[in-house]
Amino acid sequence: MTQPRATHDHVVLAHGGGGELMGRLIREHIVPRLDNPWLAGLTDGAVVPWSGDAVVFTTDSYVVTPLEFPGGDIGRLAVAGTVNDLAVMGAEPVALSLGLILEEGLPLAVLDRVLDSVAATAREAGIAIASGDTKVIERRTAGSEAAAQMFINTAGVGRRRPGLHLDVARIEPGDAVLVTGPLAEHGLAILSVRAGLEFESTLRSDVAPLSGLLAAVFATGAVVRFVRDATRGGVAGVLADIAAGCGQSVEIDEHAVPLSPTARHAAEMLGLDPLAVANEGKCVLVVAAADVERVLAACRSHPLGRGAAVVGRVTASQPPLVELLTRAGGRRIVQRPYGEDLPRIC
Amino acid sequence: MCLAVPGRVLTRSGDEATVDLQGNRLRISTVLTPEVSPGDWVLIHAGFAISQLDEREALETWDYLRLALGDDVTAAAGQEPPAGAPET
Amino acid sequence: MSRFVDELRAELAAACRAVGRPVQIMEVCGTHTVSIFRNGLRPLLPENLRLVSGPGCPVCVTAQRHIDAALELAARPGVLIATYGDMVRVPGRRGSLERQRAAGAQVRVVNSARSALEMARDNPRQQVVFLGVGFETTAPATAATVLAAERLELDNFSALMCHKLVVPAMAALLDAGDVPLDGFLAPGHVSVIIGAGAYRPIAERYRRPVVVAGFEPDSILRGLVALVRQIASGRAAVENAYSAVVRDEGNRVALDLLERVCVVADTPWRALGVIPRSGLELGPAYRRFDALERFDVHLGEDEDHPACRCGEVITGRVLPADCAAFGRACTPLTPIGPCMVSSEGTCAAWYKYGRGLAERGT
Repeated sequence: MTQPRATHDHVVLAHGGGGELMGRLIREHIVPRLDNPWLAGLTDGAVVPWSGDAVVFTTDSYVVTPLEFPGGDIGRLAVAGTVNDLAVMGAEPVALSLGLILEEGLPLAVLDRVLDSVAATAREAGIAIASGDTKVIERRTAGSEAAAQMFINTAGVGRRRPGLHLDVARIEPGDAVLVTGPLAEHGLAILSVRAGLEFESTLRSDVAPLSGLLAAVFATGAVVRFVRDATRGGVAGVLADIAAGCGQSVEIDEHAVPLSPTARHAAEMLGLDPLAVANEGKCVLVVAAADVERVLAACRSHPLGRGAAVVGRVTASQPPLVELLTRAGGRRIVQRPYGEDLPRIC
Repeated sequence: MCLAVPGRVLTRSGDEATVDLQGNRLRISTVLTPEVSPGDWVLIHAGFAISQLDEREALETWDYLRLALGDDVTAAAGQEPPAGAPET
Repeated sequence: MSRFVDELRAELAAACRAVGRPVQIMEVCGTHTVSIFRNGLRPLLPENLRLVSGPGCPVCVTAQRHIDAALELAARPGVLIATYGDMVRVPGRRGSLERQRAAGAQVRVVNSARSALEMARDNPRQQVVFLGVGFETTAPATAATVLAAERLELDNFSALMCHKLVVPAMAALLDAGDVPLDGFLAPGHVSVIIGAGAYRPIAERYRRPVVVAGFEPDSILRGLVALVRQIASGRAAVENAYSAVVRDEGNRVALDLLERVCVVADTPWRALGVIPRSGLELGPAYRRFDALERFDVHLGEDEDHPACRCGEVITGRVLPADCAAFGRACTPLTPIGPCMVSSEGTCAAWYKYGRGLAERGT
């Protein structure tokens, strides 16, 4: 092969300069991995055929450190996160855009792995990366030993499923509250590789696209009132949104909350409330009481919902609060965390 | 004022040990508990083992250790919970 | 677990009936406060049993002058502050470490003093200042780390010593005499180090029962049962209801280490003023690892917010709800005092786990 290829093991500013080097980055590293007809032409935008009901359109940015963590990486997160935002809105995801912001010095091998992961996750979710953009920024932490960073923005469009009416305002007292599996694993897995806090753990991020799982749930025809993925702020944040949004209270049984012994012990060690820790492959569902068993069965028959559980119910108590019936038989309030909960020793 | 969690010593080398917390592994200092050896249970605070304890007491004290065994209650069932005995 | 809890509740109710008057117990330790709330125990307690929080949350009792010193150190070029997560949001006179980090200061959260030492070892050109906060549980870790820094000949590691001692604070509280306290639920993990026997002066001199308890809900209830039974029978002894990890004599190795590295000093407490012989500083042989000395930083004065009643809250004089700022001007998003900012602060616990329940009457 010719020499210029081998000269760059790392991203340099010229990779974002619009010239030959950038063309090569896109042609050799990006497009082949994300292979699809919309992207192949490298046009200024993707023309996505459309039919049916309303478009659901969402965007999210991903800045996680480290870029690669147990159970996933920023690429999988960027695809799954946006797919999940579409899926919990009741949409069938169709296409994503992929905006890459690379810090100079980023090893191309890391970029390649992240892009492979983007491609694999997109395949898993049955969605195409239809459009993209790449920018390179100057190294912000010059001279430091900190690894070069990258950021990803993904926007996504999906087709809303006809006949679904997901709306927090439709939640009624008596409705059941479900989660789709064991909690807190993403946030704890990330902490396990943060500098200063490191511990080895069998915990893996749960990051996964939930479009297939939710398609199975919606296909049951059950009355699903509301779905939200329990990312930052955890299940506590979602439940607080539900109480505020519907004006009813939510009662959660602590003993019913699915949590692995490894996650529980890690949370105790770090002084964190598992309900407030981020997930990237779990959602909260509110369903009509009569349909609980159907929804639970649909979840449990999908690989990403095997650990699904009914954790509580909506009640008419006023004022609207989220209450936890504790393992000890007591009760307390669950609130939205105020920011990122920091590990503590006290 | 001080969070501390139980763990079991896997390996020990000098003043350091690796402890297992049900699938989480932590490198800790044993300078405050020089007697501990692999297999022992210790109480861990801020990266240091601060006390040694026996397994039965560990399982009686922390329900999340019993949960791992698949049972919330029976690990300690049939025994009176250890009441604090008057000191004098 | 709830079966044990039911039995213990019944025992506690019977003991409280036997006392036949209102009983006020102080849970000294912030981790007890949080565990009581997190497990929803307050609604399970008999009506005539009132729990008040004590001065046992390290963040809450750290004097503002120490926070200000940490902020001043963080602003020095080439200094990296390594701190337990607890301290990152505590407000000093000029912002918090979190805000200073946003402005470019180097602030790292660690779970152990050992990580701070490793940062110093791996970055020889960086001065690493470790914030030594906490009571006797945490202080031996700081002392051991200072010893290790000496052994490794690291001249870029130092500690800002804010460590506090529990028993002098309990005694100061009783000496003040204005808070009616029938007994103390003593901190389980401090007691691992100092030993249950360390509370004997409180029991003997002040005639108050002291029970050392663990932090799981059944352990806490068991501790309360033991306390109320003593109160009912007019006894004042030290009991150890956490014998799984607490011995009467404590952890001798840790105590020896503290004695070797540290000296007991008069120390300022947030809102409580200077309490004689209530804190730990580095001894003469280790002064060169003292951050104040190394960077020639002087402790200033405390200027606590006039609306803040944290001092009264952590001495059991008032409950958070008695403070006009609580839940109004002072919330976890806009904390005025340290009891609202610390995750184990009494006000934060009342706000986070209890708000709204009262108005619903449950």
